[in-house]
Amino acid sequence: MTDFSKGTGAHPMVKAEAVHKHFGLAHILKGIDLEVAPREVFCLIGPSGSGKSTFLRCINHLEKISGGRLSVDGELVGYRQKGDKLYELKDREVAAKRRDIGMVFQRFNLFPHMTAIENVIEAPVRVKKEAKAVARERALALLDRVGLRDKAGHYPAQLSGGQQQRVAIARALAMEPKLMLFDEPTSALDPELVGDVLDVMRGLAEDGMTMIVVTHEMGFAREVGDALVFMDDGVVVETGHPRDVLTDPQHDRTKAFLSKVL
Amino acid sequence: MSEANDKVPAGTPAGTPPAAASRPEAIKAIPVRHYGRWISAILVLAVLGLLVNAFANANVNYGAIPDFLFDSTVLKGLRNTVVITVVSMALGLGLGIVLAVMRLSKNPVTSSVAWGYIWFFRGTPVYVQLLIWFNLALIFPVINLGFYKDEMNQFMTPFMAALLGLGLNEAAYMSEIVRAGIQSVDEGQTEASHALGMTQGQNLRRVVLPQAMRVIVPPTGNEFINMLKTSSLAAQAAQYAELLRSTTDIGNTTGATVEMLFLAAVWYLVLTSVFSVGQYYLERRYARGTTRNLPPTPWQRIKQNLGTFRRPEVAR
Repeated sequence: MTDFSKGTGAHPMVKAEAVHKHFGLAHILKGIDLEVAPREVFCLIGPSGSGKSTFLRCINHLEKISGGRLSVDGELVGYRQKGDKLYELKDREVAAKRRDIGMVFQRFNLFPHMTAIENVIEAPVRVKKEAKAVARERALALLDRVGLRDKAGHYPAQLSGGQQQRVAIARALAMEPKLMLFDEPTSALDPELVGDVLDVMRGLAEDGMTMIVVTHEMGFAREVGDALVFMDDGVVVETGHPRDVLTDPQHDRTKAFLSKVL
Repeated sequence: MSEANDKVPAGTPAGTPPAAASRPEAIKAIPVRHYGRWISAILVLAVLGLLVNAFANANVNYGAIPDFLFDSTVLKGLRNTVVITVVSMALGLGLGIVLAVMRLSKNPVTSSVAWGYIWFFRGTPVYVQLLIWFNLALIFPVINLGFYKDEMNQFMTPFMAALLGLGLNEAAYMSEIVRAGIQSVDEGQTEASHALGMTQGQNLRRVVLPQAMRVIVPPTGNEFINMLKTSSLAAQAAQYAELLRSTTDIGNTTGATVEMLFLAAVWYLVLTSVFSVGQYYLERRYARGTTRNLPPTPWQRIKQNLGTFRRPEVAR
């Protein structure tokens, strides 16, 4: 099995200190503090609008934070620190940092004009300048891992939702990230297709991939998760081991939420 | 439900062959008479007949048209029309993409400049623009671009004036078409490519533009066909020897003025028809991935039907 545990190991994989995010007048994140250790499967749950997806998108700088500090593997997201001054990173530098962070979207966002394998080799070839033949070899292995080697030549429109999402996972893995972000990866899927995607994610967790998963799949969180955070209204309400939080929530808001979804 | 349906049951009347027993008997009903359709068809045909009659009896020497159809002057004009259309469209498309990207950029200066360009070139007649380019020597007798210096009259040939007049005007329209195409691509695509570490430029070239093409190609085909015809303005405005100019020249010397205009019309129809076919195949190419199965081309359909001797499937 592949060992996906990467990163320096000297720092937490993700560290957030008092992270704030405003969209105009709306205050979406109101001071998030949390730490994700390497090799950890970190689950984020909470009602819609609680800011969990926004927080996830801040980690790879798809959204800019408006306050606080956020670092990945010991390096600030979107800034460089020199002395006590912060310098914004150039677009190119931001792009370079994103190579190490894979992301899987709720709506898959596969490139529809490329076949499954073209989707997977696109970033290694264009961004990492990998040789096409090498990238193809690895892409086939990755498609094999997600159980779709035989669909390599299919366009996304010819695949089911679950298959598309598994190609999207392979596409993210092709960049050999040290951290994977999952933004409600099964929410857009028909119930019978959810299992295949979760199986792939479970396999990744077993191989030591650091994963942050925004999810409504409480079963997955309980079985696979190492840590779980319940967010509501832009704050972290409760943190703990998934088994503890899901079976014995301490806060009323957590209890109210879980009583609706379990 | 109706009586016709009641006749269907298995107890078919005697004398019906057994094979028909499995199949319900065809409904026998008196169809609705569409008298209105008959009347309108007759009216339209009558008007058409009158028109044909009028042109047949008009003072036109139709024989002159085939005589000059492949005349060398006409063919040269035809070639020039195709050339100026292709290069003007290329200029329009290239500059149009640049303007569209400028217009969508976050930089207020570049986006305002693009807006101003579109405002000016879309807001003035292309005929006026052609005339200005052709007469530019009147206000700038010498052209000096630093690396290139010449008499303006030497530089601003009829071809150059036609190219700049048509191409720069086209860029304004193309940029709006390209912008619409770029904006039609789902934002999630850009997020996905950024999340993979692709730069803005890579995202535009590899992800956004190929998808925008599906929206861009049909109106661009339209613009191309427009350009084939609009290029005829360059005959007068820029003295460019394209199709209309060569046919009117022949018309003026032979006296067959209208006949030569008809001849020009025939060639324009041929050109637009040929390019329409090209557009069909181009659209097909950029439809990759958007439909599960591409429909067969007309040619493939003909071959298929010849092979099996089957009736063509009724188009959906």
